[in-house]
Amino acid sequence: MMVEREFFQRDRRLHPPAFTPQYKTSVLRSPRMPLWSLQTSLSEVTGPLFKPEELGPLDNDLLLNYARTGEPIGERTIIHGHVRDEAGQPVRNTLIEIWQANAGGRYRHKNDTYFAPVDPNFGGCGRTLTNAEGYYAFRTVKPGAYPFRNQVNSWRPAHVHFSIFGSGFAQRLITQMYFEGDPLIPHDSILQTIPDPKARDRLIARLDLNASVPLDTLAYRFDIVLRGSRQTLFENKREGT
Amino acid sequence: MTVLPYTPETPSQTAGPYVHIGLIPQQAGFDIFQNNFGNVLFVPETPGERIRIEGRILDGTGSPVRDMLVEIWQANAAGRYSHPADRQDDQPVDPSFRGWGRAGTDFETGVYAFETIKPGRVIGRRGHGLMAPHVNLWLAARGVNIGLSTRMYFADEPIANAEDPVLRMIEPAMRRDTLLARREQRDGKTVYSFDIHLQGERETVFFDA
Ligand SMILES: [Fe+3]
Repeated sequence: MMVEREFFQRDRRLHPPAFTPQYKTSVLRSPRMPLWSLQTSLSEVTGPLFKPEELGPLDNDLLLNYARTGEPIGERTIIHGHVRDEAGQPVRNTLIEIWQANAGGRYRHKNDTYFAPVDPNFGGCGRTLTNAEGYYAFRTVKPGAYPFRNQVNSWRPAHVHFSIFGSGFAQRLITQMYFEGDPLIPHDSILQTIPDPKARDRLIARLDLNASVPLDTLAYRFDIVLRGSRQTLFENKREGT
Repeated sequence: MTVLPYTPETPSQTAGPYVHIGLIPQQAGFDIFQNNFGNVLFVPETPGERIRIEGRILDGTGSPVRDMLVEIWQANAAGRYSHPADRQDDQPVDPSFRGWGRAGTDFETGVYAFETIKPGRVIGRRGHGLMAPHVNLWLAARGVNIGLSTRMYFADEPIANAEDPVLRMIEPAMRRDTLLARREQRDGKTVYSFDIHLQGERETVFFDA
């Protein structure tokens, strides 16, 4: 008997569809043909692996990784959690990359023209590998809300962008994390692209007082779930049958 | 009813216009990490034919998308992936080749490019023969709510392409052409050009894999 690894089918009802007119940029950038269903082959169950020595010691510490004349302005924040798959297995040694606006809602990006100031001590990006339990942690400042061109008066709630690899390329995911209690959350046309309210709720990090550092840093917990995988058993057949 | 202990996948969200900050900070306009991931996949000792892959991503009006993140994932020259799930033990692992790269489309021209090697043929799913040489692509950007997966095949491999278990399946057959990259010689270099159409008459085949 042989085994072959494959992923659970992705439940597309939990994700935003490609075409979401309320988020206007999606209109011209969404495929209109049905996706072609593909049973996973080696090309999908494999994916890039990264080594700890490829990352620098401050890469996961946004309070320090771009500090020049001092530390960045803003609420000192820990964001942490586990990456697991749909079957509850920890996703180990996987690369997580994050990016975000500074406390004023401004990105360090040549295309960001919002007039909130750039913070000279804040880059706004970080990366880390999950450990053997699938755990990760970042230190940062809480990002500010910012306006964007969609409706006339559209604002993004405070959010952190996450990119996660998983162990196979078909688990690749980019998403955004929000903060519990933010009054802009129900008004956000990007979060609303996800039709299922329970699915939207899973992108909202919870305040985690127990993980906060007293007199120092407030913590939020954000657990991430990637597609599950199974070992499929099959019979060996003789060559040519 | 029995509830099986599965937890649903975290939903996707658009990468937004500032994806470069996190994934290609130098394109956003600053330097922060010592080691940057980029669009050159090989080192001098990597075996394999050197190729350049380049193209544009076109939206529903045919305009180039100038803020797209493109990632590629491919096998080595012998057709083996650098990953433990690849058990093709008769093919060599190549420690000098991870097989992954990332690029942003240029803010002015909209062109993306990779410097890599031509991959070998990889065994298909059980019951299938070899797949034709191909490169797996994944796209994310502002306005793209969930990452788009596609494959690039090589137009100068007609025999292997005709045998490929994925290409062969795509209907109508004319849509298979959207996955073929054309080979060109430019200043003595081999360039495969591969434009991706997000929408429209020539919409590229995207996969739910
Ligand atoms: Fe953002």
